Amino acid sequence: MNVEFSVYRYNPSVDAKPYMKVYQLDVPEGSDMMVLDALTLLKEQDSGLAFRRSCREGVCGSDGINMNGKNGLACITPLSDLLSAGKIVIRPLPGLPVVRDLVVDMSQFYDNYARIKPFLISDGELPPAREHLQSPEEREKIDGMYECILCACCSTSCPSFWWNPEKFVGPAGLLAAYRWLADSRDTATDERLSELDDAFSVFRCHGIMNCVSVCPKGLNPTKAIGHIKSMLVKRAV
Amino acid sequence: MVNNVSTFGRSGVHDYLLVRASAIILALYTFYVLGFIAFNEITYLSWSGFYSYLPTQIFSLLALLALLVHAWIGLWQVLTDYVKPTGLRLGLQYLLNIVAFVYVAAGILIIWGL
Ligand code: SF4
Ligand code: SF4
Repeated sequence: MNVEFSVYRYNPSVDAKPYMKVYQLDVPEGSDMMVLDALTLLKEQDSGLAFRRSCREGVCGSDGINMNGKNGLACITPLSDLLSAGKIVIRPLPGLPVVRDLVVDMSQFYDNYARIKPFLISDGELPPAREHLQSPEEREKIDGMYECILCACCSTSCPSFWWNPEKFVGPAGLLAAYRWLADSRDTATDERLSELDDAFSVFRCHGIMNCVSVCPKGLNPTKAIGHIKSMLVKRAV
Repeated sequence: MVNNVSTFGRSGVHDYLLVRASAIILALYTFYVLGFIAFNEITYLSWSGFYSYLPTQIFSLLALLALLVHAWIGLWQVLTDYVKPTGLRLGLQYLLNIVAFVYVAAGILIIWGL
């Protein structure tokens, strides 16, 4: 079966502006390969094509791209998911600067992650003699957050992140923020909330839920953001 | 923490609550007026009677103020999303807030001038 791919190409040191390049790929009948496998085959045709990948099984989060208009991980998206549209259009994650072809500069995304202090802060009043124990119920509270692989599919599908990336933390960062707010061992709840109290960091989320629809791990940043909002409201009133 | 002084509330939480509180007032006011229209024959007399009734007047004033707050915060959010040049954004916000204020002033004069 012949499949047509249209792939975003841009090499800033050579190209004046980005363009879409069309490729044909012969996909053996019955092999439902993943988009990443197809990209690897396209790279055999055209060794200049650049993209990121590492684990190739949906664990590392490095091959987030935009396929037929929807963000996702190339390694766990089968071609059959995309073929109903006829051809397959591949672009880099939207809203971040392009380094080359499908490789984007994730600095802003990581800066926002760093901003929410993604580590345990303990004032020492809960001294762990040996391990820092949690009850199963306490541990359950961080389910649905700790699984995030920081692939950036969610934040780069969020209009609020596109318009104000340096002010709105974005769904991935906020999911992580709630992961620490909900952790029974963390004692910096109030300081964390104070950092998020303004009109942008959290409240720029208007609940459009693009983040939920693209997360390859099936996580729900909107729900976590809702929890942060109600913690902020409860603290203020 | 991202600082901002051009919105209405003191903080994100404050804005958030004000937008929701004013939305509730506006929704209730809409039902109130629609209810009157649905259950009464609209003539000059019934309409001016409705608006010279003190609770309607007070509710209208409240709705106008809620409109000002709602528009101020909501338009500020839209403008900070879509208008990037700061001068243009502040200019637009200035104008739109004046328009919202004119609605309040005109509304007060019309309702209490009956
Ligand atoms: S929440 Fe989901 S989409 Fe967002 S970075 Fe984490 S794994 Fe990726
Ligand atoms: S729900 Fe909030 S964070 Fe998620 S895409 Fe929408 S605005 Fe962005």
